[in-house]
Amino acid sequence: MNPGVAAHLPLAQGDDFFQERSDTGCVQENGFFCAQWAFENFDRYMSPLLEHIVLVSVSVFAGFAIAIGLAVLSHGRRWLVPPLLGLTGVLYTIPSLAFFILLLPITGFGRTTAIVALTAYTLQIIYRNVVAGLANVPAASKDAGRGMGMTDQQLLWRVELPLAVPELVAGLRIATVSTVAIATLAVFAGAGGLGDPLLKDITFRTNVIVAGGLAILLAIAFDALLVLAGRVASPWRKVRPV
Amino acid sequence: MEQVASRESGAGEAVAVEFRDATKRYPGATDDAVRGLTLEVPAGEICVLVGPSGCGKTTAMRMVNRMVEITDGDILVGDRTVRERGPAELRREIGYVIQQIGLFPHRTIADNIATVPRLLGWERERIDARVDELLGVVGLEREIAERFPAQLSGGQQQRVGVARALAANPGVMLMDEPFGAVDPINRERLQNEFLRLQAELRKTILFVTHDIDEAIKMGDRIAILRQGGRLAQYATPAELLMAPGDDFVEDFVGADRALKRLALMRVSDIDLWEAPLAFPGQATSEVRAKLDGAEVPHPLVIDAERRPLGWMSDSDLAQATVPAQPDTRPDPVVELDDVMRDALSDLLQAETRYSPVVDPQGRLAGVLSVEIISEFLTSDEALVEEHPAPERPLAEAEEAG
Repeated sequence: MNPGVAAHLPLAQGDDFFQERSDTGCVQENGFFCAQWAFENFDRYMSPLLEHIVLVSVSVFAGFAIAIGLAVLSHGRRWLVPPLLGLTGVLYTIPSLAFFILLLPITGFGRTTAIVALTAYTLQIIYRNVVAGLANVPAASKDAGRGMGMTDQQLLWRVELPLAVPELVAGLRIATVSTVAIATLAVFAGAGGLGDPLLKDITFRTNVIVAGGLAILLAIAFDALLVLAGRVASPWRKVRPV
Repeated sequence: MEQVASRESGAGEAVAVEFRDATKRYPGATDDAVRGLTLEVPAGEICVLVGPSGCGKTTAMRMVNRMVEITDGDILVGDRTVRERGPAELRREIGYVIQQIGLFPHRTIADNIATVPRLLGWERERIDARVDELLGVVGLEREIAERFPAQLSGGQQQRVGVARALAANPGVMLMDEPFGAVDPINRERLQNEFLRLQAELRKTILFVTHDIDEAIKMGDRIAILRQGGRLAQYATPAELLMAPGDDFVEDFVGADRALKRLALMRVSDIDLWEAPLAFPGQATSEVRAKLDGAEVPHPLVIDAERRPLGWMSDSDLAQATVPAQPDTRPDPVVELDDVMRDALSDLLQAETRYSPVVDPQGRLAGVLSVEIISEFLTSDEALVEEHPAPERPLAEAEEAG
């Protein structure tokens, strides 16, 4: 391993971000959750939180765009689906730390490396779901569309992809929640995020709870947003026979 | 815009569809799916392709809009070979209805109906007007335009399917078991509605079904196919029922083909009997005098407009004058336009031998009896099986068909 990389890792940095925890009894005793300290120091988490949001949003959006691209590519070329699923599956199995380190010579230390890796992880989940969604489109709708004179591309964009939206959204939800979790490791690629404060004092319980809690809340918020977006994008699903 | 309009009017004209030795062979299959099919569907007529499952009727239909590619031979739609047409462009000119309907679940009813006009690039106002018009044509309320297919009943969805196929006013329609997925009561209603619609629209229609009764009801002509897509017989329903070409057709048409002919005939196609007529206030002695040798042994009371009021009973006849309200009501009253099978069913259900027949204005046109029908059936059968000489009801039936 490149010795320069180790020097960048935050654990080796000996940051004194939380060194002054001695003012109150709770902090000194490292209690389960020191509410007052958390309240007073909350602003320290804001910029890592924003970094985290950017990391997750950009990665999931890029993954979404690439997965749709792959789906369009493999549409009507069914032989392409197994190799693409295999390829994205292999990407998914690479341990994140190894992935960051493998990428360092190409994309360097920083946000790009983290985003490339995080994006790669989302592909498997999103692509698999889009493929499943396209496979679930009623055969009769496809036959009717083609029989009325839609070209393959028109059928894909006007009928098949819109009907795959529910599965696509399901994939995006899983991908987003897992990306929120994996992005806490982005700090090892030098991309910040909630992993940064977390690792700066992993022994301080209140810090772990605030940083970890923010990640959990972020995942829940993203998920709720996607559920909402999914409902807006597929209004036909909530209808009931009159 | 002008170009689009002229294209639409061109497409709207019904044109003939001609199969010329059309053959479909799937690679690796031992038998042809459709073998050397040759038949012509005249413009504005319904041709029903019927046969047992696996006979290639759907394949034959789908060759017309190139959903299935022809292996050999040719199909002409309005004198133009389909082989040289772009499939998408060809399909936009041909209405397409399938059994599973295939509405787009994510699109509103209005958007579903607008599918082909949008593909053709119509302007929005024109599309909206057309959608509105079509909802009326197929008998749907305007309110459902913004609903999704899942909110509609099966019968409503089928109507939307037909409206969608009619949207760009195609001259030719392909319908693959279009009423197969709805319950029998709704099917009957949809069939009747569609026939009424077709009487106005006069499209050239290829209609696929496995149900010979539906074929007889819907078809101007029927093509019976047998296994391997070979044409067994191509004829009008009446011809098919009277003179099945071979054992296969006879079997397929069914042993009750004489009864089926009743479905093809209307009451007006048959010579009705006359009942002795009576008017309220008339002396019963005059009525009694007419009873001798009458075809119908009961006097029928009618009013000044010749509307039937009822049958006179023996106690009515015993009185001095004809009552305005005779003992026996005239029901069932059948109309000249009624299908013979339904009229017979009315008679049987009411357990009566006679029923007055009225014209569309409600005026008496004659009397239908169970005997007339049974005479018609037996003479017909005798005629087809033994004496090929044409006699009275046959010729009339054919004209009507």
